[in-house]
Amino acid sequence: MSIKQISVFLENRPGKLKEMTAVLAEHHIDMRALSIAETKDFGIARLIVDDAFNAANVLKENGFVSSITKVLAVAIPDEPGGLDKLLSVFADANVNIEYMYAFFGGIGVKEACMIFRVAETKAAETRLAGKGLKILTSEDLAQA
Amino acid sequence: MERYYQESIECASREDIRALQSERLVKQIRHVWDNVPYYRKKMEEKGVTPDDIQSVDDLKKLPFLSKADLRNAYPYGLLAVPLSDCVRIQSTSGTTGKRVVAFYTQHDIDLWEECCARAITAAGGTNEDVCQVSYGYGLFTGGPGLNGGSHKVGCLTIPTSSGNTERQIMFIMDLSATILCCTPSYAAYLAESMKEMGYRPEDIPLKAGIFGAEAWSEEMRQDIQKTLGIKAYDIYGLTELSGPGVSFECSAQQGMHVNEDHFIAEVIDPDTGEVLPDGTLGELVFTAIDKEAFPMIRYRTRDICSLTHEKCSCGRTHVRMTKPKGRTDDMLIIRGVNVFPSQIETVLLNHGYAANYQIIVDRVNNTDTLDVQVEMTPEMFTDNVGEITERQKKLVDGLKSMLGIKAKVSLVAPKSITRSEGKAVRVIDRRKI
Repeated sequence: MSIKQISVFLENRPGKLKEMTAVLAEHHIDMRALSIAETKDFGIARLIVDDAFNAANVLKENGFVSSITKVLAVAIPDEPGGLDKLLSVFADANVNIEYMYAFFGGIGVKEACMIFRVAETKAAETRLAGKGLKILTSEDLAQA
Repeated sequence: MERYYQESIECASREDIRALQSERLVKQIRHVWDNVPYYRKKMEEKGVTPDDIQSVDDLKKLPFLSKADLRNAYPYGLLAVPLSDCVRIQSTSGTTGKRVVAFYTQHDIDLWEECCARAITAAGGTNEDVCQVSYGYGLFTGGPGLNGGSHKVGCLTIPTSSGNTERQIMFIMDLSATILCCTPSYAAYLAESMKEMGYRPEDIPLKAGIFGAEAWSEEMRQDIQKTLGIKAYDIYGLTELSGPGVSFECSAQQGMHVNEDHFIAEVIDPDTGEVLPDGTLGELVFTAIDKEAFPMIRYRTRDICSLTHEKCSCGRTHVRMTKPKGRTDDMLIIRGVNVFPSQIETVLLNHGYAANYQIIVDRVNNTDTLDVQVEMTPEMFTDNVGEITERQKKLVDGLKSMLGIKAKVSLVAPKSITRSEGKAVRVIDRRKI
Protein backbone atom coordinates (compact mmCIF):
# COMPACT_ATOMS: atom_id res chain seq x y z
CA MET A 1 0.00 0.00 0.00
CA SER A 2 1.70 3.14 -1.15
CA ILE A 3 1.23 6.57 0.37
CA LYS A 4 1.09 9.92 -1.39
CA GLN A 5 3.97 12.36 -1.30
CA ILE A 6 3.70 15.89 -2.60
CA SER A 7 6.65 17.29 -4.53
CA VAL A 8 6.83 21.09 -4.74
CA PHE A 9 8.97 23.17 -7.07
CA LEU A 10 10.96 25.87 -5.25
CA GLU A 11 13.46 28.36 -6.58
CA ASN A 12 16.76 28.03 -4.76
CA ARG A 13 16.64 31.54 -3.30
CA PRO A 14 16.24 32.87 0.26
CA GLY A 15 12.64 33.05 1.37
CA LYS A 16 11.21 30.60 -1.15
CA LEU A 17 10.91 27.67 1.23
CA LYS A 18 9.39 29.99 3.83
CA GLU A 19 6.72 31.04 1.31
CA MET A 20 5.65 27.42 1.12
CA THR A 21 5.70 26.74 4.84
CA ALA A 22 3.72 29.94 5.46
CA VAL A 23 0.95 28.76 3.14
CA LEU A 24 0.88 25.33 4.77
CA ALA A 25 0.77 26.87 8.24
CA GLU A 26 -2.04 29.23 7.25
CA HIS A 27 -4.09 26.29 6.07
CA HIS A 28 -3.31 24.15 9.12
CA ILE A 29 -1.51 21.53 7.08
CA ASP A 30 0.85 19.45 9.14
CA MET A 31 3.96 18.07 7.47
CA ARG A 32 4.70 14.57 8.79
CA ALA A 33 7.91 14.19 6.84
CA LEU A 34 10.00 16.46 4.67
CA SER A 35 13.01 16.18 2.47
CA ILE A 36 14.46 18.60 -0.05
CA ALA A 37 16.41 17.71 -3.17
CA GLU A 38 18.35 20.61 -4.56
CA THR A 39 20.23 21.80 -7.59
CA LYS A 40 22.01 25.11 -7.90
CA ASP A 41 18.93 26.89 -9.22
CA PHE A 42 15.93 25.07 -7.83
CA GLY A 43 14.84 22.45 -5.35
CA ILE A 44 12.07 19.94 -5.00
CA ALA A 45 10.53 19.80 -1.53
CA ARG A 46 8.99 16.42 -0.83
CA LEU A 47 6.35 16.34 1.85
CA ILE A 48 4.18 13.73 3.48
CA VAL A 49 0.97 15.25 4.77
CA ASP A 50 -2.29 13.76 6.03
CA ASP A 51 -4.47 14.88 3.10
CA ALA A 52 -2.34 15.08 -0.02
CA PHE A 53 -5.07 16.24 -2.43
CA ASN A 54 -6.12 19.05 -0.14
CA ALA A 55 -2.53 20.18 0.28
CA ALA A 56 -1.96 20.03 -3.49
CA ASN A 57 -5.02 22.22 -4.09
CA VAL A 58 -3.97 24.71 -1.43
CA LEU A 59 -0.50 24.95 -2.92
CA LYS A 60 -1.91 25.34 -6.44
CA GLU A 61 -4.24 28.14 -5.36
CA ASN A 62 -1.25 29.90 -3.85
CA GLY A 63 0.80 29.77 -7.00
CA PHE A 64 2.97 26.72 -6.41
CA VAL A 65 3.65 23.98 -8.92
CA SER A 66 3.45 20.53 -7.37
CA SER A 67 2.82 16.93 -8.23
CA ILE A 68 1.80 13.84 -6.29
CA THR A 69 4.03 10.79 -6.23
CA LYS A 70 3.41 7.36 -4.75
CA VAL A 71 6.00 6.28 -2.21
CA LEU A 72 6.38 3.33 0.13
CA ALA A 73 6.65 3.82 3.88
CA VAL A 74 8.23 0.97 5.82
CA ALA A 75 8.67 0.82 9.58
CA ILE A 76 11.81 -0.87 10.85
CA PRO A 77 13.32 -1.39 14.29
CA ASP A 78 15.52 1.55 15.25
CA GLU A 79 18.72 -0.46 15.89
CA PRO A 80 21.98 -1.21 14.10
CA GLY A 81 21.32 -3.40 11.06
CA GLY A 82 17.69 -2.36 10.85
CA LEU A 83 17.99 -0.76 7.41
CA ASP A 84 20.55 -3.33 6.23
CA LYS A 85 18.05 -6.18 6.80
CA LEU A 86 15.36 -4.24 4.97
CA LEU A 87 17.58 -3.55 1.97
CA SER A 88 18.36 -7.28 1.69
CA VAL A 89 14.67 -7.90 1.17
CA PHE A 90 14.58 -5.17 -1.46
CA ALA A 91 17.60 -6.60 -3.26
CA ASP A 92 16.16 -10.13 -3.26
CA ALA A 93 12.89 -8.82 -4.62
CA ASN A 94 14.78 -6.84 -7.28
CA VAL A 95 13.29 -3.53 -6.20
CA ASN A 96 15.34 -0.53 -7.30
CA ILE A 97 15.34 2.49 -4.99
CA GLU A 98 15.36 5.90 -6.67
CA TYR A 99 15.59 7.93 -3.48
CA MET A 100 14.72 7.62 0.18
CA TYR A 101 14.54 9.58 3.36
CA ALA A 102 13.86 8.58 6.92
CA PHE A 103 12.47 9.85 10.17
CA PHE A 104 12.79 8.26 13.58
CA GLY A 105 9.77 7.37 15.63
CA GLY A 106 10.24 9.86 18.43
CA ILE A 107 11.74 9.97 21.89
CA GLY A 108 11.36 6.52 23.47
CA VAL A 109 10.01 4.94 20.29
CA LYS A 110 12.36 2.28 18.96
CA GLU A 111 10.97 2.30 15.46
CA ALA A 112 11.98 4.39 12.45
CA CYS A 113 10.08 5.05 9.26
CA MET A 114 11.73 4.80 5.85
CA ILE A 115 10.14 6.53 2.87
CA PHE A 116 11.12 5.04 -0.48
CA ARG A 117 10.55 6.13 -4.00
CA VAL A 118 10.98 3.04 -6.15
CA ALA A 119 11.11 2.52 -9.89
CA GLU A 120 7.80 0.66 -10.28
CA THR A 121 5.66 1.15 -7.20
CA LYS A 122 2.90 -1.40 -7.97
CA ALA A 123 5.35 -4.14 -8.97
CA ALA A 124 7.46 -3.42 -5.90
CA GLU A 125 4.40 -3.68 -3.60
CA THR A 126 3.58 -7.09 -5.07
CA ARG A 127 7.15 -8.37 -4.71
CA LEU A 128 7.56 -7.08 -1.16
CA ALA A 129 4.23 -8.48 0.07
CA GLY A 130 4.48 -11.44 2.38
CA LYS A 131 8.18 -10.83 3.12
CA GLY A 132 7.50 -9.83 6.69
CA LEU A 133 7.87 -6.10 6.14
CA LYS A 134 5.86 -3.57 8.10
CA ILE A 135 4.59 -1.45 5.19
CA LEU A 136 2.63 1.53 6.45
CA THR A 137 -0.57 2.95 5.01
CA SER A 138 -1.64 6.58 5.19
CA GLU A 139 -4.01 5.64 8.00
CA ASP A 140 -1.07 4.23 9.97
CA LEU A 141 0.85 7.45 9.52
CA ALA A 142 -2.14 9.57 10.46
CA GLN A 143 -2.38 7.77 13.79
CA ALA A 144 1.33 7.93 14.54
CA MET B 1 -16.89 30.48 -47.76
CA GLU B 2 -14.63 33.50 -47.94
CA ARG B 3 -16.13 36.86 -47.01
CA TYR B 4 -14.75 40.24 -47.97
CA TYR B 5 -15.60 43.64 -46.57
CA GLN B 6 -14.94 45.34 -49.90
CA GLU B 7 -14.61 42.60 -52.50
CA SER B 8 -14.07 44.81 -55.54
CA ILE B 9 -11.06 46.42 -53.86
CA GLU B 10 -9.66 43.42 -52.00
CA CYS B 11 -9.85 41.21 -55.09
CA ALA B 12 -9.05 43.83 -57.74
CA SER B 13 -6.70 42.90 -60.56
CA ARG B 14 -3.02 43.77 -60.22
CA GLU B 15 -3.36 46.21 -63.12
CA ASP B 16 -6.21 48.06 -61.40
CA ILE B 17 -4.29 48.16 -58.10
CA ARG B 18 -1.22 49.53 -59.83
CA ALA B 19 -3.19 52.16 -61.67
CA LEU B 20 -4.94 53.26 -58.48
CA GLN B 21 -1.67 53.37 -56.55
CA SER B 22 0.04 55.41 -59.25
CA GLU B 23 -2.85 57.88 -59.44
CA ARG B 24 -2.96 58.31 -55.65
CA LEU B 25 0.81 58.48 -55.23
CA VAL B 26 1.13 61.30 -57.73
CA LYS B 27 -1.59 63.30 -55.93
CA GLN B 28 -0.11 62.53 -52.51
CA ILE B 29 3.39 63.68 -53.40
CA ARG B 30 1.95 66.93 -54.72
CA HIS B 31 -0.08 67.27 -51.49
CA VAL B 32 2.99 66.70 -49.31
CA TRP B 33 5.24 68.98 -51.40
CA ASP B 34 2.72 71.79 -51.09
CA ASN B 35 1.95 71.34 -47.39
CA VAL B 36 4.86 69.73 -45.54
CA PRO B 37 7.97 71.94 -45.78
CA TYR B 38 9.95 69.37 -43.76
CA TYR B 39 9.48 66.70 -46.45
CA ARG B 40 9.72 69.13 -49.35
CA LYS B 41 13.21 70.05 -48.07
CA LYS B 42 14.19 66.38 -48.03
CA MET B 43 12.93 66.00 -51.60
CA GLU B 44 14.86 69.08 -52.70
CA GLU B 45 18.03 67.77 -51.07
CA LYS B 46 17.62 64.63 -53.13
CA GLY B 47 16.89 66.62 -56.29
CA VAL B 48 13.34 65.27 -56.66
CA THR B 49 10.21 67.27 -57.49
CA PRO B 50 6.56 66.17 -57.85
CA ASP B 51 6.99 66.20 -61.66
CA ASP B 52 9.50 63.34 -61.30
CA ILE B 53 6.79 61.15 -59.81
CA GLN B 54 4.54 59.78 -62.57
CA SER B 55 3.77 56.29 -61.24
CA VAL B 56 4.62 53.75 -58.52
CA ASP B 57 7.82 52.96 -60.43
CA ASP B 58 9.12 56.37 -59.32
CA LEU B 59 8.57 55.65 -55.62
CA LYS B 60 12.20 54.68 -55.15
CA LYS B 61 13.30 58.19 -56.12
CA LEU B 62 11.74 59.60 -52.97
CA PRO B 63 13.60 60.10 -49.67
CA PHE B 64 12.80 57.95 -46.65
CA LEU B 65 11.18 59.07 -43.43
CA SER B 66 12.17 57.47 -40.14
CA LYS B 67 11.30 57.69 -36.46
CA ALA B 68 14.12 60.22 -36.09
CA ASP B 69 12.31 62.53 -38.53
CA LEU B 70 9.15 62.23 -36.49
CA ARG B 71 11.06 63.18 -33.38
CA ASN B 72 12.68 66.13 -35.15
CA ALA B 73 9.35 67.32 -36.53
CA TYR B 74 7.42 66.79 -33.29
CA PRO B 75 4.63 67.80 -32.90
CA TYR B 76 3.30 69.58 -36.01
CA GLY B 77 6.23 69.40 -38.46
CA LEU B 78 4.68 66.64 -40.60
CA LEU B 79 1.07 67.80 -40.44
CA ALA B 80 -0.25 68.21 -43.99
CA VAL B 81 -3.62 69.87 -43.40
CA PRO B 82 -4.86 72.75 -41.22
CA LEU B 83 -5.36 71.71 -37.60
CA SER B 84 -9.03 72.68 -37.96
CA ASP B 85 -9.46 69.78 -40.42
CA CYS B 86 -8.12 67.31 -37.87
CA VAL B 87 -10.52 65.48 -35.64
CA ARG B 88 -8.16 63.24 -33.65
CA ILE B 89 -4.67 62.44 -32.55
CA GLN B 90 -3.36 59.06 -31.52
CA SER B 91 -0.02 58.57 -29.86
CA THR B 92 2.33 55.60 -29.62
CA SER B 93 3.71 53.99 -26.54
CA GLY B 94 7.10 55.40 -27.36
CA THR B 95 9.16 52.32 -26.56
CA THR B 96 12.13 53.99 -28.19
CA GLY B 97 12.51 57.66 -27.35
CA LYS B 98 9.97 60.44 -27.83
CA ARG B 99 6.28 59.89 -28.39
CA VAL B 100 4.85 59.89 -31.88
CA VAL B 101 1.74 62.03 -32.33
CA ALA B 102 -0.32 61.15 -35.42
CA PHE B 103 -3.13 63.33 -36.75
CA TYR B 104 -6.36 62.30 -38.48
CA THR B 105 -9.02 64.02 -40.54
CA GLN B 106 -12.43 62.34 -40.59
CA HIS B 107 -11.47 60.85 -43.98
CA ASP B 108 -8.36 59.34 -42.36
CA ILE B 109 -10.41 57.87 -39.52
CA ASP B 110 -12.87 56.36 -42.03
CA LEU B 111 -10.19 54.73 -44.15
CA TRP B 112 -8.46 53.37 -41.05
CA GLU B 113 -11.66 51.89 -39.68
CA GLU B 114 -12.41 50.42 -43.11
CA CYS B 115 -9.07 48.62 -43.00
CA CYS B 116 -9.93 47.19 -39.59
CA ALA B 117 -13.36 46.17 -40.89
CA ARG B 118 -11.59 44.21 -43.66
CA ALA B 119 -9.54 42.43 -41.01
CA ILE B 120 -12.57 41.52 -38.93
CA THR B 121 -14.42 40.27 -42.00
CA ALA B 122 -11.40 38.20 -43.04
CA ALA B 123 -11.53 36.57 -39.61
CA GLY B 124 -15.12 35.57 -40.35
CA GLY B 125 -16.81 38.50 -38.62
CA THR B 126 -20.30 39.66 -39.64
CA ASN B 127 -23.03 41.76 -38.03
CA GLU B 128 -24.13 38.60 -36.23
CA ASP B 129 -20.93 38.54 -34.22
CA VAL B 130 -20.10 39.87 -30.77
CA CYS B 131 -16.69 41.49 -30.88
CA GLN B 132 -14.80 42.12 -27.64
CA VAL B 133 -12.11 44.76 -28.05
CA SER B 134 -9.55 44.24 -25.31
CA TYR B 135 -6.87 46.43 -26.81
CA GLY B 136 -6.27 49.58 -24.79
CA TYR B 137 -8.58 52.49 -25.64
CA GLY B 138 -7.30 56.02 -25.56
CA LEU B 139 -4.10 57.30 -27.14
CA PHE B 140 -3.08 53.80 -28.19
CA THR B 141 -4.47 52.90 -31.61
CA GLY B 142 -5.48 49.31 -30.84
CA GLY B 143 -8.80 50.02 -29.13
CA PRO B 144 -10.05 52.85 -31.36
CA GLY B 145 -9.02 51.01 -34.54
CA LEU B 146 -10.74 47.71 -33.86
CA ASN B 147 -13.67 49.50 -32.22
CA GLY B 148 -14.24 51.46 -35.44
CA GLY B 149 -13.79 48.37 -37.58
CA SER B 150 -16.22 46.41 -35.46
CA HIS B 151 -18.84 49.13 -35.80
CA LYS B 152 -18.40 49.22 -39.58
CA VAL B 153 -18.91 45.46 -39.83
CA GLY B 154 -21.91 45.83 -37.54
CA CYS B 155 -20.77 43.49 -34.77
CA LEU B 156 -22.02 44.02 -31.26
CA THR B 157 -18.93 45.76 -29.90
CA ILE B 158 -17.84 45.23 -26.30
CA PRO B 159 -15.26 47.95 -25.53
CA THR B 160 -13.66 46.30 -22.49
CA SER B 161 -10.23 47.84 -23.26
CA SER B 162 -7.32 46.07 -21.55
CA GLY B 163 -7.04 44.72 -18.04
CA ASN B 164 -9.54 43.52 -15.42
CA THR B 165 -9.27 39.95 -16.55
CA GLU B 166 -12.14 38.68 -14.42
CA ARG B 167 -14.46 41.13 -16.09
CA GLN B 168 -13.15 40.24 -19.55
CA ILE B 169 -13.92 36.58 -18.93
CA MET B 170 -17.33 37.45 -17.50
CA PHE B 171 -18.28 39.31 -20.68
CA ILE B 172 -16.91 36.61 -22.98
CA MET B 173 -19.01 33.99 -21.22
CA ASP B 174 -22.14 35.98 -20.35
CA LEU B 175 -22.52 37.80 -23.67
CA SER B 176 -21.08 34.96 -25.76
CA ALA B 177 -18.35 36.99 -27.41
CA THR B 178 -17.35 35.34 -30.67
CA ILE B 179 -14.41 37.52 -31.66
CA LEU B 180 -11.61 38.70 -29.36
CA CYS B 181 -9.24 41.56 -30.24
CA CYS B 182 -6.19 42.15 -28.04
CA THR B 183 -2.41 41.74 -27.92
CA PRO B 184 -1.19 38.15 -28.32
CA SER B 185 0.48 38.18 -24.90
CA TYR B 186 -2.81 39.24 -23.32
CA ALA B 187 -4.66 36.57 -25.30
CA ALA B 188 -2.21 34.01 -23.91
CA TYR B 189 -2.83 35.35 -20.41
CA LEU B 190 -6.62 35.23 -20.85
CA ALA B 191 -6.31 31.69 -22.21
CA GLU B 192 -4.22 30.67 -19.19
CA SER B 193 -6.69 32.30 -16.78
CA MET B 194 -9.71 30.70 -18.41
CA LYS B 195 -8.01 27.30 -18.38
CA GLU B 196 -7.26 27.70 -14.67
CA MET B 197 -10.89 28.59 -14.04
CA GLY B 198 -11.78 25.26 -15.58
CA TYR B 199 -13.03 26.41 -19.00
CA ARG B 200 -12.29 23.92 -21.75
CA PRO B 201 -12.03 25.15 -25.35
CA GLU B 202 -15.51 23.78 -26.12
CA ASP B 203 -17.01 25.85 -23.28
CA ILE B 204 -15.70 29.11 -24.69
CA PRO B 205 -17.98 30.89 -27.24
CA LEU B 206 -15.09 32.61 -29.05
CA LYS B 207 -14.46 31.46 -32.61
CA ALA B 208 -11.78 33.91 -33.76
CA GLY B 209 -9.14 36.25 -32.38
CA ILE B 210 -7.42 39.21 -34.01
CA PHE B 211 -4.10 39.75 -32.30
CA GLY B 212 -1.33 42.25 -32.99
CA ALA B 213 0.69 45.23 -31.72
CA GLU B 214 3.65 43.00 -30.89
CA ALA B 215 5.66 40.23 -32.55
CA TRP B 216 4.41 36.73 -31.73
CA SER B 217 5.57 33.30 -32.85
CA GLU B 218 3.72 30.61 -34.82
CA GLU B 219 4.09 28.40 -31.75
CA MET B 220 2.31 30.98 -29.60
CA ARG B 221 -0.48 31.11 -32.16
CA GLN B 222 -0.95 27.34 -32.00
CA ASP B 223 -1.03 27.48 -28.20
CA ILE B 224 -3.68 30.20 -28.09
CA GLN B 225 -5.78 28.49 -30.76
CA LYS B 226 -5.71 25.25 -28.83
CA THR B 227 -6.48 26.68 -25.41
CA LEU B 228 -9.28 29.03 -26.48
CA GLY B 229 -10.63 26.84 -29.27
CA ILE B 230 -10.36 29.63 -31.85
CA LYS B 231 -8.64 30.55 -35.08
CA ALA B 232 -6.11 33.29 -34.26
CA TYR B 233 -5.44 35.92 -36.92
CA ASP B 234 -2.54 38.32 -37.07
CA ILE B 235 -3.03 42.04 -37.68
CA TYR B 236 -0.38 44.65 -38.26
CA GLY B 237 -0.02 48.38 -38.20
CA LEU B 238 1.76 51.41 -36.83
CA THR B 239 0.44 54.62 -35.33
CA GLU B 240 2.42 56.50 -37.95
CA LEU B 241 0.33 54.77 -40.61
CA SER B 242 -3.01 54.94 -38.72
CA GLY B 243 -2.82 51.99 -36.35
CA PRO B 244 -3.80 48.34 -36.75
CA GLY B 245 -5.20 47.34 -40.12
CA VAL B 246 -2.33 48.33 -42.41
CA SER B 247 -2.28 44.63 -43.11
CA PHE B 248 -4.24 41.63 -41.86
CA GLU B 249 -4.31 37.86 -42.07
CA CYS B 250 -6.91 35.95 -44.07
CA SER B 251 -8.25 32.40 -43.71
CA ALA B 252 -5.11 30.98 -45.33
CA GLN B 253 -3.02 32.26 -42.39
CA GLN B 254 -0.01 32.51 -44.71
CA GLY B 255 1.02 36.12 -44.29
CA MET B 256 -0.91 39.37 -44.05
CA HIS B 257 -2.55 41.22 -46.96
CA VAL B 258 -1.47 44.86 -47.11
CA ASN B 259 -4.32 47.25 -47.89
CA GLU B 260 -2.63 48.37 -51.08
CA ASP B 261 -5.28 50.92 -52.05
CA HIS B 262 -4.12 52.88 -49.00
CA PHE B 263 -0.52 51.77 -48.42
CA ILE B 264 2.30 50.90 -50.80
CA ALA B 265 4.71 48.38 -49.28
CA GLU B 266 8.40 47.98 -50.04
CA VAL B 267 11.15 45.92 -48.43
CA ILE B 268 14.60 47.50 -48.37
CA ASP B 269 18.11 46.60 -47.35
CA PRO B 270 18.35 48.50 -44.02
CA ASP B 271 21.99 49.45 -44.68
CA THR B 272 21.89 50.55 -48.33
CA GLY B 273 18.25 51.55 -48.82
CA GLU B 274 18.07 49.38 -51.94
CA VAL B 275 14.64 47.95 -52.70
CA LEU B 276 14.69 44.15 -52.38
CA PRO B 277 12.74 41.63 -54.44
CA ASP B 278 9.86 39.46 -53.23
CA GLY B 279 10.84 36.70 -50.84
CA THR B 280 13.88 38.54 -49.47
CA LEU B 281 13.95 39.58 -45.82
CA GLY B 282 14.53 43.25 -45.20
CA GLU B 283 13.10 46.35 -43.56
CA LEU B 284 9.46 47.07 -44.29
CA VAL B 285 8.76 50.53 -45.72
CA PHE B 286 5.29 52.03 -46.29
CA THR B 287 3.90 54.97 -48.22
CA ALA B 288 0.42 56.16 -47.26
CA ILE B 289 -1.24 57.28 -50.48
CA ASP B 290 -4.67 58.15 -49.23
CA LYS B 291 -4.22 59.66 -45.77
CA GLU B 292 -4.60 63.44 -45.61
CA ALA B 293 -3.41 64.79 -42.28
CA PHE B 294 -0.25 62.85 -41.51
CA PRO B 295 0.89 61.05 -44.66
CA MET B 296 4.07 59.01 -44.35
CA ILE B 297 6.17 58.73 -47.49
CA ARG B 298 8.58 55.77 -47.58
CA TYR B 299 8.40 55.42 -43.81
CA ARG B 300 10.92 52.95 -42.43
CA THR B 301 9.09 50.76 -39.93
CA ARG B 302 12.18 48.96 -38.53
CA ASP B 303 10.16 45.75 -38.90
CA ILE B 304 11.85 42.87 -40.65
CA CYS B 305 9.88 40.69 -43.08
CA SER B 306 9.47 39.79 -46.75
CA LEU B 307 6.72 40.33 -49.34
CA THR B 308 5.04 37.97 -51.78
CA HIS B 309 2.73 38.57 -54.72
CA GLU B 310 1.91 34.89 -55.10
CA LYS B 311 -1.76 34.03 -55.48
CA CYS B 312 -3.51 33.55 -52.17
CA SER B 313 -6.14 30.85 -51.71
CA CYS B 314 -8.48 33.40 -50.12
CA GLY B 315 -8.91 35.23 -53.42
CA ARG B 316 -7.49 38.56 -52.25
CA THR B 317 -4.95 40.02 -54.66
CA HIS B 318 -3.21 42.49 -52.36
CA VAL B 319 0.43 41.76 -51.60
CA ARG B 320 1.20 39.71 -48.52
CA MET B 321 3.87 40.37 -45.91
CA THR B 322 5.29 37.72 -43.61
CA LYS B 323 4.86 37.96 -39.85
CA PRO B 324 7.51 40.48 -38.78
CA LYS B 325 10.42 38.63 -37.27
CA GLY B 326 10.86 41.43 -34.81
CA ARG B 327 11.77 45.07 -34.88
CA THR B 328 15.31 46.09 -35.58
CA ASP B 329 15.01 47.65 -32.13
CA ASP B 330 13.69 44.42 -30.53
CA MET B 331 16.85 42.90 -31.71
CA LEU B 332 19.63 42.40 -29.19
CA ILE B 333 23.26 42.04 -30.04
CA ILE B 334 24.78 39.58 -27.62
CA ARG B 335 28.43 38.63 -28.04
CA GLY B 336 28.18 40.01 -31.57
CA VAL B 337 25.20 37.86 -32.52
CA ASN B 338 21.75 39.20 -33.45
CA VAL B 339 19.11 37.78 -31.13
CA PHE B 340 15.33 38.34 -31.30
CA PRO B 341 13.06 37.60 -28.35
CA SER B 342 10.72 35.87 -30.81
CA GLN B 343 13.41 33.28 -31.52
CA ILE B 344 13.68 32.50 -27.83
CA GLU B 345 9.92 32.26 -27.60
CA THR B 346 9.84 29.71 -30.42
CA VAL B 347 12.37 27.47 -28.66
CA LEU B 348 10.52 27.68 -25.34
CA LEU B 349 7.21 26.72 -26.87
CA ASN B 350 8.79 23.89 -28.87
CA HIS B 351 10.12 22.45 -25.62
CA GLY B 352 6.73 22.50 -23.94
CA TYR B 353 7.11 25.61 -21.82
CA ALA B 354 4.64 28.50 -21.91
CA ALA B 355 5.65 31.92 -23.21
CA ASN B 356 6.07 33.29 -19.68
CA TYR B 357 9.66 34.35 -19.86
CA GLN B 358 12.07 37.20 -19.44
CA ILE B 359 15.45 37.74 -20.96
CA ILE B 360 18.08 39.28 -18.73
CA VAL B 361 21.10 40.58 -20.57
CA ASP B 362 24.13 41.67 -18.62
CA ARG B 363 27.83 42.17 -18.95
CA VAL B 364 30.21 40.27 -16.68
CA ASN B 365 33.99 40.39 -17.01
CA ASN B 366 33.66 42.19 -20.35
CA THR B 367 31.49 39.42 -21.77
CA ASP B 368 27.77 39.65 -22.56
CA THR B 369 25.65 37.20 -20.65
CA LEU B 370 22.17 35.98 -21.53
CA ASP B 371 19.87 34.53 -18.91
CA VAL B 372 16.49 33.26 -20.06
CA GLN B 373 14.16 33.06 -17.10
CA VAL B 374 11.22 30.81 -17.75
CA GLU B 375 8.44 29.83 -15.41
CA MET B 376 8.02 26.25 -14.30
CA THR B 377 4.59 24.94 -15.30
CA PRO B 378 2.50 22.04 -13.91
CA GLU B 379 2.96 20.27 -17.26
CA MET B 380 6.75 20.46 -17.14
CA PHE B 381 7.18 19.65 -13.45
CA THR B 382 8.06 16.18 -12.26
CA ASP B 383 9.30 14.71 -8.98
CA ASN B 384 12.54 13.79 -10.68
CA VAL B 385 15.42 16.25 -10.28
CA GLY B 386 17.39 14.51 -13.01
CA GLU B 387 14.53 14.83 -15.47
CA ILE B 388 14.04 18.52 -14.81
CA THR B 389 17.73 19.28 -15.22
CA GLU B 390 17.79 17.14 -18.34
CA ARG B 391 14.93 19.16 -19.82
CA GLN B 392 16.68 22.35 -18.77
CA LYS B 393 19.80 21.19 -20.60
CA LYS B 394 17.75 20.38 -23.71
CA LEU B 395 16.41 23.91 -23.57
CA VAL B 396 19.93 25.32 -23.36
CA ASP B 397 20.89 23.18 -26.36
CA GLY B 398 17.78 24.25 -28.26
CA LEU B 399 18.58 27.90 -27.63
CA LYS B 400 22.21 27.40 -28.69
CA SER B 401 21.00 25.79 -31.87
CA MET B 402 18.54 28.60 -32.64
CA LEU B 403 20.62 31.59 -31.58
CA GLY B 404 24.17 30.43 -32.10
CA ILE B 405 25.17 31.39 -28.58
CA LYS B 406 24.94 29.68 -25.21
CA ALA B 407 22.35 31.07 -22.84
CA LYS B 408 21.70 30.29 -19.20
CA VAL B 409 18.24 29.00 -18.47
CA SER B 410 16.76 29.75 -15.06
CA LEU B 411 13.60 28.02 -13.98
CA VAL B 412 11.56 30.33 -11.84
CA ALA B 413 8.41 30.06 -9.77
CA PRO B 414 5.04 30.25 -11.52
CA LYS B 415 3.51 33.74 -11.78
CA SER B 416 6.80 35.34 -10.81
CA ILE B 417 7.13 36.94 -14.24
CA THR B 418 4.76 39.90 -14.55
CA ARG B 419 1.94 39.36 -16.98
CA SER B 420 1.21 42.07 -19.50
CA GLU B 421 -2.09 43.63 -20.42
CA GLY B 422 -0.51 45.45 -23.30
CA LYS B 423 2.86 44.75 -24.83
CA ALA B 424 4.92 42.30 -22.84
CA VAL B 425 8.29 43.45 -21.51
CA ARG B 426 10.47 40.58 -22.51
CA VAL B 427 13.92 42.04 -22.22
CA ILE B 428 15.82 43.54 -19.34
CA ASP B 429 19.14 44.79 -20.60
CA ARG B 430 21.42 45.66 -17.71
CA ARG B 431 24.45 46.42 -19.76
CA LYS B 432 25.57 50.00 -19.39
CA ILE B 433 26.28 51.02 -22.97
